[in-house]
Amino acid sequence: MQILTANRLVDGDVVFLTGNYDWSIEINDASIARDQTEACRLEDIGTKADKSAHVVGCYLVDVVIVEGRIEATHYREIMRTKGPTVRGDLGKQANVYGSGGLRSGQSPLAAQNHHEVQQEFAHVSL
Amino acid sequence: MYRYDEFDATFVRQRVAQFREQVARRLEGGLSEDEFKPLRLMNGLYLQLHAYMLRVAIPYGTLSSRQMHKLADISVKYDKGYGHFTTRQNIQFNWPELKDVPDLLDELADVEMHAIQTSGNCIRNVTADHFAGVAVGEVEDPRPVAELIRQWSSLHPEFTFLPRKFKIAVIGTREDRAVMKSHDIGLRIVRNDGGDTGYEVHVGGGLGRTPMVSRLIRAFLPRPDLLNYLEAIIRVYNLIGRRDNKYKARIKILLHETGKQEVTRLVEKEFDQLKKQNDAVSPAEYERIAAYFQDPAYEDTDFNLDAFDEKRKQHPQFNLWLNSSLSEHRQRGYSIVTVSLKPIGGIPGDASAEQMHGVATCAEKFSLSEIRVSHEQNLVLPFVKKQDLFELWQGLKKLDLATPNVGLASDIIACPGMDYCALATARSIPIAQDISNRFADLERQHDVGELKIKISGCINACGHHHVANIGILGLEKKGVEFYQITMGGEAGENTAIGTVIGRGFSGTEVIDAVETLVDTYVELRQENETFASTYSRLGVTPFKEALYATA
Ligand code: SF4
Repeated sequence: MQILTANRLVDGDVVFLTGNYDWSIEINDASIARDQTEACRLEDIGTKADKSAHVVGCYLVDVVIVEGRIEATHYREIMRTKGPTVRGDLGKQANVYGSGGLRSGQSPLAAQNHHEVQQEFAHVSL
Repeated sequence: MYRYDEFDATFVRQRVAQFREQVARRLEGGLSEDEFKPLRLMNGLYLQLHAYMLRVAIPYGTLSSRQMHKLADISVKYDKGYGHFTTRQNIQFNWPELKDVPDLLDELADVEMHAIQTSGNCIRNVTADHFAGVAVGEVEDPRPVAELIRQWSSLHPEFTFLPRKFKIAVIGTREDRAVMKSHDIGLRIVRNDGGDTGYEVHVGGGLGRTPMVSRLIRAFLPRPDLLNYLEAIIRVYNLIGRRDNKYKARIKILLHETGKQEVTRLVEKEFDQLKKQNDAVSPAEYERIAAYFQDPAYEDTDFNLDAFDEKRKQHPQFNLWLNSSLSEHRQRGYSIVTVSLKPIGGIPGDASAEQMHGVATCAEKFSLSEIRVSHEQNLVLPFVKKQDLFELWQGLKKLDLATPNVGLASDIIACPGMDYCALATARSIPIAQDISNRFADLERQHDVGELKIKISGCINACGHHHVANIGILGLEKKGVEFYQITMGGEAGENTAIGTVIGRGFSGTEVIDAVETLVDTYVELRQENETFASTYSRLGVTPFKEALYATA
């Protein structure tokens, strides 16, 4: 199974092509290609979208469905859908962990977050 | 410090205005990404894994407090409240939005900064010894030369589209703190028997896929000939360097394939021609630039050694910090202080806005408002009076910037790796953090002594792993991250490329592996031996045995 991803032109954020031919920052909105024909169709859309002023660098990503949610299989793509593993307070995952931004007086190490996120990533064998 | 003249200021503002228009056209769809990408790269703007990244030039790693305050403000206004200092003495912002970048660049220009020559196949931002101007035994401050090269190369039409990026480093001492021999061109300022100043010219160094130590092609180049000679080297490279393969396009490959002798011959021939048609570097022009880098008015300080020693006794942490953070200053009563950007378990090279403001303020109070960025991803305060050290330490401690680990196991160089970088094959920061945590006991680190651990997240080697005592390269194998260890690398005067010591490790195993190597050294070292000297005495065998014997 594959989905189409890219970075949004205006801010670089990671986005996914939805069933409505729209782009979403949420991987679960993505339209899934379940066979080769559908994957080719997505790829064609990507080639066209690359010429747009909306997204940059379209490509297909392998995914699986885990408990009804879409998950990328490769660790690089998992990171793209979440954010830096060393800064759990930044990127898409910030909503998951809910610790928006750097509090003043804090050094930017967020070591705790690192381990929290490592657990999250445990299945990609760290 | 160097100040822009009117020409520089206009040039930078024009560039920003141009880029503003280019961004607008891109956002409106008037430019395709293929057309836009080289333009944004010319202005230091990359597209990374999660967002754009802007690399801002800090020429020869020298910053004023005013500039550092501005970087901090920018990190809050346009980014997420922090910046990352790199092995190229630059700073990177990880989250700017494309639409905001022109405004950001305009604000940088307010403090005479820009992102030009930080990307693309041009002559990159010239780096220099971060102790320039204060180092003991320095023949001459390397920064006027670096600035001269910057001015010459910024607008040189011939060098805008080189086969690949081109990096130059300059040093003025025997010790090499700038990894000069890992650059396309490395210059060392020397004085000949006649008392004239000139340059050793080293060519063809580089890390990356095919790491090489540069070769000396001229033992003494008189100062007036510098730019013509550089032009000759780059012209030869531009003409016969390979463009067919990105990985073979660096000058190091040319030197390797064509041979030092032949390249030298071609360069000298070209140089003879150029000398006839181009002006030499005029002493007046050199002096004009050098005037910006003159010694400050040093003061006679009333340093009380007894009181100082008392403080050291009272505050063991202060003592530990002095032992690792201080370097000898050429002026009596002063010290060079390295500010560690490597808190235990922290992200190497990252500084929050608050820390940037804090360092800028410390520099205002204690270092004549000047700060340096080292390629080891630390900051340097070059003009600290010994009598101010205690107060400075207290100030840095409040900022979480007084970790006494400079030059030790947890003073790790790590590139951004897959946490940020689109080219990465694996993460590097978490490995650095875990090693740092493993060696959290600072007494132990001081006992282990000088140790250079360097980590790259892919073969491009931005983390300098080839020239580390223990180098770690993150790769991918069958869909998981794994890490290769190299040993025997050196970054100083005797630059050497390390060799891979055996099969790789998982992200968890590699932390144990590093500890095993360190323990092996501690067990085998003779009195006063550093990790590097034990390694060169015994070779790789005992380390390999310790690592792989039980496997
Ligand atoms: S070494 Fe590779 S992963 Fe690290 S910053 Fe350079 S290109 Fe990115």
